[in-house]
Amino acid sequence: MDFLGRDVISIKELSKDEITSILSFAKKMVPYAKGEQQTTILQDKVLSVLFFEPSTRTRLSFESAMNRLGGRVIGFADPSGTSQKKGESLADTIRMADSYSDAIVLRHPQEGAARLSAEFATHPVINAGDGAGQHPTQTLLDLFTIKTEKKKIEGQNVVLLGDLKYGRTAHSLAYALAFFGANLTFVSPESLRMPKEVVSECKEFGVEPVNTSHLDKAIKEADVLYVTRIQKERFPDPEEYNKVMGSYRVTCELLKNGKEDLIVMHPLPRVTEIDPEVDATPHALYFKQAFNGVPVRMALLALIFGRKTL
Amino acid sequence: MKELKITPIKEGTVIDHITAGNAVKVLHILKIPETTTSVVSVVINVASRIGKKDIVKIENRELDPKELNKIALIAPKATINIIRDFEVVKKSKVQLPREVFGILKCPNPTCISNAREPIESRFYVISDDPPRIRCYYCEREPEDVVDRII
Ligand SMILES: Nc1ncnc2c1ncn2[C@@H]1O[C@H](COP(=O)(O)OP(=O)(O)OP(=O)(O)O)[C@@H](O)[C@H]1O
Ligand SMILES: [Mg+2]
Ligand SMILES: [Zn+2]
Repeated sequence: MDFLGRDVISIKELSKDEITSILSFAKKMVPYAKGEQQTTILQDKVLSVLFFEPSTRTRLSFESAMNRLGGRVIGFADPSGTSQKKGESLADTIRMADSYSDAIVLRHPQEGAARLSAEFATHPVINAGDGAGQHPTQTLLDLFTIKTEKKKIEGQNVVLLGDLKYGRTAHSLAYALAFFGANLTFVSPESLRMPKEVVSECKEFGVEPVNTSHLDKAIKEADVLYVTRIQKERFPDPEEYNKVMGSYRVTCELLKNGKEDLIVMHPLPRVTEIDPEVDATPHALYFKQAFNGVPVRMALLALIFGRKTL
Repeated sequence: MKELKITPIKEGTVIDHITAGNAVKVLHILKIPETTTSVVSVVINVASRIGKKDIVKIENRELDPKELNKIALIAPKATINIIRDFEVVKKSKVQLPREVFGILKCPNPTCISNAREPIESRFYVISDDPPRIRCYYCEREPEDVVDRII
């Protein structure tokens, strides 16, 4: 497995073995991510973290990951103070950051931005989300969370809930879960169904996803309930939005119909999809999931710099 | 010999076996008549052994690789005949490469290939006939391929 110098643009470019080895290295990172143990394996490295679009969680967890490994971070959290505003191309910004650092983490509102950046950078580029496109480290941390809680991904009954049409998190995760042989149920309003390309990708891995609008039934056999945000803008009629939000709200009442060890995940930020009363139950995994972003990104950073041991 | 209703050309290119009805699109991407003063003959819906087809005959012109790729998208079964001194001296079928550069525009408005960046558009060719393509940058698959040709 050689990750040294690799770009990480899409989850689809990683093999099963590669994903598995990232996840097992991430497991070793947990005590370091918590600050219980210390390491300086990346003390000679500088990471550019370039966020052309705001995102608290992803940016902070990348920065924390680099710091926990003893490395240093440069970059910006939104492009307002940069020469992008003066009309500089992304390619030129990347060339510059590439010369100032040893790797680049990029969040950008346009699809394909990370792919383009990788063409202009000599150092590795990690895609931290490109518009409605890919966000591979989110998928990795989701897989890590399921694997850590459930021991394996294969055979788990996973329910994906919410905006499955536009949500990139849901698309990449469905692909990756099917890749690892999980059983998938897609719960969404009719107008926000999983795109057919994603469904046929799942089928190529021998997984037959079930499509339904009924959360209460789907939850009965579920091992994992993965909740995503439904954006109000997707609905021309606010009445319709309120109706959908009402029927897909995850509450303690709803979870009573599920298995005892059902875990509830969410990429966050959540709005009203999950009732705060769920937070105190053992089902609530979303905060731990958010923390998992740190060890997973630590593992990935260490590996692209060729550091396989702590 | 219906085809010989047309005056033979001495030097040039005959694009044969064009999908019936698509000759005008072929002329469009070759920027004909804007960029030529030579004779161009067009036959539309002529009967042939593969059913109806169109033919375009252009005097004093050879096609560059980008033009050939565009023709392959419009007319996957086209044959390119190079004419020298009234004879066919070279005949080849159009063949799409695995990737095409700079001949299509991605229909996704938020694709980075549509921003002001120093790159050409880039598409993977998923299938030749009918042509199916996927944007290298945003990974979308436009359905109306011919309408995306630049
Ligand atoms: N000098 C010429 N001027 C104009 N058209 C020509 C000339 N020579 C050949 N052609 C045309 O070029 C095409 C190819 O000619 P060719 O003699 O190879 O025909 P063919 O044997 O039917 O080829 P194919 O097997 O590709 O169908 C035909 O459409 C023919 O009419
Ligand atoms: Mg013939
Ligand atoms: Zn595109």
